This record gives sequence, structure tokens and C-alpha cells, in this order.
Amino acid sequence: MSVELRGITKSFGALVANDGIDLRVETGEIHAILGENGAGKSTLMNILYGLLSPDSGQILVDEKPIIISEPSDALAAGIGMVHQHFMLIPVFTVAENIVLGHEKVNGFGVLDLEKARSEIARISKEFNFDVDPDAVVETLPVGIQQRVEVIRALIYNAKVLILDEPTAVLTPQETDELLQVMKNLKKQGTSIIFITHKLREVQEAADRITIIRRGKIVGTALPTASQEDLASQMVGRPVDLTMNKSPAKIGKTLLEISNLTVTDSTGRELIHDISLDVHAGEIVAVAGVQGNGQTEFARAILNLEEHVSGSILVDGKDILGETVRGSLHSGIAFIPESRELDGLIGSFSIAENLILDTFDLAPNAKGLLMSPNTVTNEAVKRITEFDIRSQGANELVSSLSGGNKQKVVLARELSRPVKIVVASQPTRGLDVGSIEFVHEKIVQERDAGRAVLLFSTELDEVFALADRIAVMYRGTIIDIVPATISRSDLGLLMAGVKPKVSS
Amino acid sequence: MNKFKKYIEETSKSIALPLLAFFLAILSGGLLIAFSDPKIYKLWKSPLEFLGTGFASAGHAYLALIQGSIFDGNLTSKNFLLGFYPLSETFVVAAPLILTGLSVTLAFRAGLFNIGAQGQFIFGAIGASYVGFHYNLPPVIHALAAILGAIVLAGLWGGLVGFLKARTGAHEVIVTIMLNYISVYFLLWLLSTQTFLRKGRQDPIAPPVNENARLPKLFGMDYRINLGIFIALGVAYLIHILLSRTTWGFQFRSVGANTLAAKTAGMSVPFVMTSVMVICGALAGLGGAVQVMGSEYALTAGVAGSFGFDAITVALLGRAKPLGTVLAALLFGALRAGGLTMQANTTTPIDIVLVIQALVVLFIAAPAMVRAIFKLKNVKSGTDMAAKGWNG
Repeated sequence: MSVELRGITKSFGALVANDGIDLRVETGEIHAILGENGAGKSTLMNILYGLLSPDSGQILVDEKPIIISEPSDALAAGIGMVHQHFMLIPVFTVAENIVLGHEKVNGFGVLDLEKARSEIARISKEFNFDVDPDAVVETLPVGIQQRVEVIRALIYNAKVLILDEPTAVLTPQETDELLQVMKNLKKQGTSIIFITHKLREVQEAADRITIIRRGKIVGTALPTASQEDLASQMVGRPVDLTMNKSPAKIGKTLLEISNLTVTDSTGRELIHDISLDVHAGEIVAVAGVQGNGQTEFARAILNLEEHVSGSILVDGKDILGETVRGSLHSGIAFIPESRELDGLIGSFSIAENLILDTFDLAPNAKGLLMSPNTVTNEAVKRITEFDIRSQGANELVSSLSGGNKQKVVLARELSRPVKIVVASQPTRGLDVGSIEFVHEKIVQERDAGRAVLLFSTELDEVFALADRIAVMYRGTIIDIVPATISRSDLGLLMAGVKPKVSS
Repeated sequence: MNKFKKYIEETSKSIALPLLAFFLAILSGGLLIAFSDPKIYKLWKSPLEFLGTGFASAGHAYLALIQGSIFDGNLTSKNFLLGFYPLSETFVVAAPLILTGLSVTLAFRAGLFNIGAQGQFIFGAIGASYVGFHYNLPPVIHALAAILGAIVLAGLWGGLVGFLKARTGAHEVIVTIMLNYISVYFLLWLLSTQTFLRKGRQDPIAPPVNENARLPKLFGMDYRINLGIFIALGVAYLIHILLSRTTWGFQFRSVGANTLAAKTAGMSVPFVMTSVMVICGALAGLGGAVQVMGSEYALTAGVAGSFGFDAITVALLGRAKPLGTVLAALLFGALRAGGLTMQANTTTPIDIVLVIQALVVLFIAAPAMVRAIFKLKNVKSGTDMAAKGWNG
């Protein structure tokens, strides 16, 4: 089945999210749509899936124009979608999740899952999915949960499958498996629209690539195109993907973590017995698949976790049990995992966000009274220094783009006198341009003699920045390796497998 | 110039909803008044008369409402200025309402939903009353002491809520609702004790506060208006400064807008919760003091009226801003004061005022409805703070 979009335009107020987009996906083709965050990829797919209606334009399936005004229309036309955030009910079984919304009952009015079970088993076997219909979804790894979503689409006869950033939550191994699944589906004649901003995956799986920038199609490419070429089309200017950094000049130990264990309120261990040193002038990356305790580890260093044992020496002084404020002011810059949730206050201005942890110190305040003029003037300086694109210091942070939001966090944390930088997923969800900026800043911090502890789930980022790599798996650090480790060995470590020759 | 234009735009956006909600409430209230007049049911057959009568009765009622709250020509025979007696009554009612309204407003800004202004008001009234009648102090000092008594007692009562929330996570909505009951029955019990019984009386009314502990009247004995309204306005300004200019206010607003980010930035959420609730309690308690020291003079079981509950409406209508709260409280003061005259001069019961108040809340809580009726875009929603209060 082929799908064609003709002249799709969609605006939200003054913002034109899609501007006359023409796209054709052939039968049995993996068509990658590449673009930065906010380029309009998701808008386009939501239009195709009936979640949004276009201002103008046409959708054709097998050359026949159809109208898709809600997802059920899309499903009926054979278009299925796997969202970035899964639409599964965690406490239900796989089969229950799949029949959701299409429940069949037997003669007694009782839910009949038999047919669904056998269908799931059939599809699972056909594509080598290895999914148990009776498993409870929350007990399944993320990769398998994603397959449940894929099965759901297939069971309702999807011939065109939209995958929205499907690899964001996967381990490198799971990613490889997903790419394999996509190829299998393709062999059976399913067309796949693969939305992503990760160049490597595009090159590996796609048959054709369409690049979107600011709501417009700016080019098409074949998977043989170079990463630099794809990236520069995506960003609209030449991009240098290699981070130029000089060898680390290692100084004294600034952060010394010993036997750090964190439990939740019921006593269950979240992270177990972590010991790690970070020296002045080096970047230690904590690599690992999302959800292996990185969040708790990072938060524990700032005393944001409650049940912690061990010790955290900042330049020789144990800060464990300090207040969060005390930890920050002991000389740690903290870039939290989620800008929106714990990094910034959206309804506050840029100026106010820049002083969230120094609001009561001179010159921001004299005694109880704050000095708004000083705060604004300082903010104006930071805005220039960190290239925060905004309408001014009083603009609300919620109206900034992701990259500029992160720059506000960086500007706040790196403008304090700090010795250590703890950065948790600092480039998650950012566009290529902003990633470059954040990376440069992090390397600058290192070169200025600070100890940098970087938490990242992105292998590219880990390899671009790290001087040493600590691998986290199931709440503990299973190995600390030099940055020269091979990609595949690191992938294995992240999956909990120690390669035979560990370095 | 541009900045000014932007400011006007922003302001009109944020006051559009309360104004429209109030307008709708007055409109629906008018319909209710019209249909509550029995005459109208005999006029079905003649549409013109039907409409005329309907308009007339609504018009009369609202006119009486204005007469009772702003200016009444009938009172001017002796002295023209007496015509403004209703306006002075509006201020008398508004003064405590501003203070309880600020209590709810401040809590909203820190992400807390203070349903407990009623109980805090009662404790303030108890404190002011006790210090007011039990001691004999020189002028000014006695009044200040009574106010202090009210603030301390009500501040502790409010602070208890914040402390419980910070320590145990107990939801402030539940806690304040329960504490309201305790306050009401504590007051009833207190009024039956020897200390609070008036000499020679058995009914639940405390001795009047001493002359020295009363708030001075502003325009002589003909009017009830007293210093209370200026206390309320002054405190409103202080709360505005607290929120916009002080480090405490910054923390309150941060915790209210994004608790997680505030915590991550090193602010102490327990400190904020406790201190905010202490101040909220003190504000509502000050309202109680103004009521006792300014107009009632004696503590009774009904001293709090519905000041603490109306405060929630006032804060919502005032969009959790000090100035908005003052304006909303003045409006509600006018409705309350005017409602009495309306009931006396027309057949319309004072309950219609309650209905209008309720409708205002209803329309504010349903911004989508207001938007649909007026075909508006971009009107800021009013439910965000109420919702936040619940989720907090």
C-alpha cells in the first residue's frame, strides 16, 4: 500500500508547522523522516494518523484521496502508529491491551480473549517477536512493550506503520533488534514511516530519507549520504559532528563517591554500592540504558534522595546529608534530567529562572528585599553570553524552545562558582545546533579545571565527550572503562554483559 | 510605549475572564429575579408586558442593590453625605473579606489550597476578643495587643496545617476542612465557659472589647466604617510586596509554580509550606480581629459569618493577585451590603446575592463556557490555580 501526502499545510497561530509538504511512501518501503525537534515531523504524522486535521492538503492511499479525521479512519485505511510514549495500560496483559477498544465478548457477555491470544501468537511467530500474550505489560522490558504496540497496529491490519522516534527509549541492542523487525515487516510488504533524528539508524534501516526543516521539506537523500551531509541539511548549515577536544589534563580528585547506596521508602535498593572518583579536568560519562538508576544516582549527589548511605566527598569534604542548597553551594553545578520538570519554572521569566538557586545572595538580594534591576541586568549579560534566543530577560521560559531552555539552565548553573558539574541527560530532546552548544560548554568546563560527571543514554554523546566511561546497569556501576572502548563492547556492557577482555 | 501596550493587552487578557464571568452571573441573576416575582406568571399571554415586568423587577432589584451598596438618595434629607452611608457599609463588609481573601490568595500562590480561612478567622476573632476584653491597656497599645493576639493565635492555627503537610504530606484541603469544624465547635465551647460569658448573661456572647481596643471610626458615629479598611488595604499592599519583591515571596511563588524545580534549586519546601500557612492563618486571623474590633465588638458564635468561605470565591475572582483580591472583595462587600437593602425594598430575597456569587465561581471555573459564549480566544483560564491547589 502506498501513501501520498499532497500540499499538507498546518499552522498553529503564527507558527506554520507544516508548509505545503508533499511526501510519497511506496509499498514495502522504509521511509525515514529526519528533522530536528520542532521541525514538524510529529505534526505531519499526527495529521496522517488523524490526530490533527490539516489546514489544507490531501491524503491519498493507493492513489485514491481519502479523508482522515480521526485515528479510527486511519486504522480503517490501514495506517497504524506507534507513539513515542506508549499507549499501554501497565497493569493489563498484552492481550488485554491489544483488544482495548475492540473488546469481543462471548455468549455470556464475558470478555473473550482467545482470538486475540491466537492472533498475537501468530504475528509474534511470523515476525519472530517473542511476545507472550499473557504477560503483564509493566513486567516487560521497554523493547518488548514497543513490540506490543507494533503487534497492536498489525492486528488491525496496518499496511503502513508510523514509528514516532521509536529508538529513544531503547538500548543499543534493542535498537538493533527493532531495526531488524522493521526489515522483516518490510519484506512482508508493510510500509514504514520512521521518524527520528538519529543519523546512524537512518543510514542503517531506511530506503529513502526525507529531511524536514522548519515545516518544509528541504531535501531527500539516500542512506548512502554521509552523516555530515544529512546533519547539515537538517540544521541548515554545515555541521561538524566531531567534537574537537584536547586530551584531558587530569588534576586532583574533586568528587569522590564511595559505597553510595540509595533505597526507596520501603527499603528497596535503587542504586547499590557505587564508588566513583571524578578528577579536575576530566569528563566521566555514566553510560547506561534509561532507567538503570542514573536518575537516582545523580539526584543522590545533590542530596535530593532521602535514604542514602555511603559518602560523597566534594574536594575532600563529605556533603552526604547536607541540604540540597548546601550541596549546590558546596560547589556543584547541577543540570537536572528534565528541563521542564525540575530544571526550570515555566511560568517564571528568564531572569527569575537564572537566580533560582542564588535568589537570596548578593547582588540578587539585600536582606529580605530582592533587587529586580540587578537581577534583570545580570540576566541580560547571561542571555548574550549563552546566546539565549529570546525577546528579553522578562520573557517567560515556557515560551522558549528546548535548546534555549537548556541554555537558561546552563547559564544559571555555570555562572556560579563551582568545582564540579553534574549533568544529567543534558542534550535529551535537543536539536543538533543546541547539542553542539551544550557539548562545547561541557568541554569548556572541563578545560577550566572542573570535574564533570555526565549522565547520558546516548552513545554518540558518551563517545564525543567522555574521558572515562562508567557503565550503569541495574542500579550499580558494573565497569569503568576508558573512552577507547568499542561501540559494541559498550553496548554489551550496557546490557549487563561483561565482554571477555575487560579493560 | 510598546511595553505599555503590551501591559494593557496582558492585563485585559487576564481580567477579561473575571469580568465576563461577573457579567454573566449578573445576567443570569437578573433572569432569576424576574422569574422569582409571582406577578410575571400571570402575564404569559402578553409578551410585551411579560418582558416589561421582567425587566422592571430585575431593574428594581439591581437598583436597590446599588442603593444599598454605593449611594442612596433617600438618606440625603438631613445631610447629603449620609447618602454615601451604603458605600461605607460596603467597606465595612469588605475589610475582613479582603484579609481572608488575601489568605487564600497567598496560599494559592504557594500552590496550596487554603479552605481553612474560616477557622483561622475564628481563632483570630477569639484572640482579639480575649485580649480586648480581658486586659485594660492604654489606647493604641491595647488595640495593637489585641491584633497581635489574633495574629499569633490564628498564625499558629494556620501554621499547624503547613507543618502537617510538610511533615506527613497530609493534604491541606482535608486538614483545613476538618480544622474548620474544630474551630467552630471550639468557639461554641469557649463561649460557654466562665471566662467568655458576659456577666449576668447565659447566652453565648463574650463581653465587648474595651474602648481602647476598638478600631477608631473614620467618619464619626453615624457610620460604622473604621480603620479596618485601611488595615486591609495596607496589608494587601504588603502582601503584594512580599510576593513580588522579597526572597520569601520568590520562594513561595517558586514552590507554587513548580515544586520540583524549587526543590532541585535548593529551596526548602517544608519551610515554605509552614511559613506560608502561618502567614495565611495570620491574615485570616487579622480579618477576625478587624471584624471584632471594628464592627462587632463582641465575640459570638456567628462572628465569622461566611467570611472564610467567601474568601475562596474572592481569591478566585481576583485571580490570586493581591490587587485583584481587593477589587473582588470590594465587589462582594457591595453585594453583601446591597443585598440587605434589596431584600428590604423589593420582594427579591437576599439569597439571590448568594446565587450570583455562586454563578461567578461557576463561570470562572468553566472558562471554556465563557469563551464559547463570547467567542473569545486567548482568555487566560482561571482554573489553573484551583487545580494546582488540589494536586499540590
